[in-house]
Amino acid sequence: MTISSRERGEIFAITRGEEKYLSKINRWVKAGVLVAGVIAGSVAMAGEKIRIATEGAWAPFNFVDEKGRLAGFDVDIANALCAKMKVECEVVAQDWDGLIPSLKVRKFDAIVASMSITEERLKQVDFTERYYSGGLRFMGPKNKTFDTTREGLKGKVVGAQRGTIGGQYLEDNFSDVVTVKLYDTQEGVYLDLLAGRLDGALSDELPTWNWLSSDKGKSFEFKGEAFAKDDQIGIAVRKKDPLKQRLNQALQEILKDGTYERINQKYFPFSIY
Amino acid sequence: MDWSVVAEYYPRLIDGAWVTLQLVVLSGFIGIILAIPMALARISNKRCINQFPRLYIFFFRGTPLLIQIFLIYYGLSQFEWVKNSALWPFLREPYWCAVITLGLHTTAYIAEILRGALQAIPAGEVEACRVMGMRKFTMYRCILLPRAFGIMLPAYSNEIILMLKGSALASTITLLDLTGMARTIIARTYTPEEIYIAAGAIYLLISWMFMAFFKLLDRYFNKHRLVTV
Amino acid sequence: MTVRVTLAATFLGIALGLLGATARLSSFLPFRAIGGAYVGVIRGIPELLIVFLIYFGSSRLLMAIASWFGYHDYIELNPFIAGVIALGLTFGGYATEVFRGAFLAIHKGQTEAAQALGLSRFRVFFGIVLPQAWRIALPGLGNLILILMKDTALISVIGLEELTRKTSMVVNATREPFTWYLTAAVMYLGLTVITTTLLRYMEEQSRKHEHPTDAASSHLVKE
Repeated sequence: MTISSRERGEIFAITRGEEKYLSKINRWVKAGVLVAGVIAGSVAMAGEKIRIATEGAWAPFNFVDEKGRLAGFDVDIANALCAKMKVECEVVAQDWDGLIPSLKVRKFDAIVASMSITEERLKQVDFTERYYSGGLRFMGPKNKTFDTTREGLKGKVVGAQRGTIGGQYLEDNFSDVVTVKLYDTQEGVYLDLLAGRLDGALSDELPTWNWLSSDKGKSFEFKGEAFAKDDQIGIAVRKKDPLKQRLNQALQEILKDGTYERINQKYFPFSIY
Repeated sequence: MDWSVVAEYYPRLIDGAWVTLQLVVLSGFIGIILAIPMALARISNKRCINQFPRLYIFFFRGTPLLIQIFLIYYGLSQFEWVKNSALWPFLREPYWCAVITLGLHTTAYIAEILRGALQAIPAGEVEACRVMGMRKFTMYRCILLPRAFGIMLPAYSNEIILMLKGSALASTITLLDLTGMARTIIARTYTPEEIYIAAGAIYLLISWMFMAFFKLLDRYFNKHRLVTV
Repeated sequence: MTVRVTLAATFLGIALGLLGATARLSSFLPFRAIGGAYVGVIRGIPELLIVFLIYFGSSRLLMAIASWFGYHDYIELNPFIAGVIALGLTFGGYATEVFRGAFLAIHKGQTEAAQALGLSRFRVFFGIVLPQAWRIALPGLGNLILILMKDTALISVIGLEELTRKTSMVVNATREPFTWYLTAAVMYLGLTVITTTLLRYMEEQSRKHEHPTDAASSHLVKE
């Protein structure tokens, strides 16, 4: 095969052009190294700092305030405990679904997110002593009346947050008579109550009380009495983590020196311990 | 890894897979029905006719499906007149919200696919119809649309697979489809890796089923091509 | 944030796509099988599921790997990285097919000619095949980038504060879901328009290099 002069010219054109492409590739490689550097940089290693997770969607216990910062009872308690333990703390937000899985893979060291101590959770994590106690209570629109018994709720649509004790209580006890709708956040439950998609909701009594006394929840009310009142809310840590003892001790101290009471008063006019 | 949770909960995953299948089939059906007028209007030469499909397609292809779902599920309930309308019994159900959103979303994509297919039909065939004195309606119904379906089938099957994947977003509006079911199980067992992998395997199975189905359909619709090859 | 995730995932996706396409076109069967499996799995599983799986599963996997090397401390993937990896993986799966098509579209004679001239395989690939494949692949990649940009909305579910999550937060504060989600939709539309314009410009740029005699010479090679 002979190469015509024209083809030869073509090939040389490519080889000459190649220099330009190679310099372009060089630039790409540099950009790639840069990206890799950024990624490596943000793969953070844990220092002495304790990382505490909360949800950020469970007012007034934990929520994001108008300045975009995490705030609420849980956050204040977490900060008070850290001050007593004399350690630096960082409070981070994590969706409810992901709290326990993330704790187990050490994304953070403790969960202060109004988490009830349950049998099922104890299989996964350890809990401190309670830092407050609660109970479950139904709520619904003021213009609808219903009994919170199995008969009274028959055929109703009731919402709760996925993975909360309220949600699980509905699934375990009522799923054969009511339509249970599970939401990613409590905010979703509120939005659908306002939209009229839900006849009622089951949730912890205290945050519900807070919502009902706010402007948005004014056309809703509690239905029936609170139940499951032995509900204890604790701080979750990884199994066998010595952090548990330190947190328990700090908890005793803030209960004794009045810090706890001050925080309690900030959110509720009655004791929630 | 603890695979016993998968064994324990797989019936519920299957329940979820059913919902997923329904969503895909229903929305794919709505999509193709709405896409035909949409595509025909889109290729019209009249500006006033082709402007609406243009905007519609631009909107649904240019925004995330998740935003569209939120817009329809949470967004519409902002208005009192929607809540008082006859559509509310449908719109209050997350199931129908998901079907409607997925259907409207896929309509935009299918309309574009159909348009491409219609324009890919050789001009000679259209001319042949005209020469035979066919009316426009008959021409579309008997010749052009069936032809276009044959041409667009591979692209349509891709779109259905994309819809299958998109249907996972229904889990964000409380629907217990395959993903929603997986998330609910995980909220109880705290074993995300195992359950998500199991759900992923079911999705793969479903997508293979669809692909096999479309291969059969392709053989049926494009018989003429098989013969000539 | 939405733009940053899109850019980072695009880089990762293109790299994965090139690797995947090379694997799928390899003459070595295991490579072909891995490439094929990668594409098959990515195309069949919802992006949302991949995002969840990477977010929850990756730390455990990374720590398992690290402990083989005697490193037992904690390694974290924040939502940004997890999101970039998940979307990059998805992008890569589709990009593999785009690149594969582009590589196949380049005439074999070109590679052979270059090899006959004694260029190394590396230089043949990066100097001759890739620049041309790039040009062919660009429209396909452009589509993928547009899809990717919309998929970034999915990372909101693992807590990255990008456009969609920020919108949800505003919605929770104002209780005006329609207004704010529509605003977000308009912002995404704006991003789409900007990206489309950029991509069109890039395509024009890449076509500038096209040789006027290209068609004639490829005809010659065929003979």
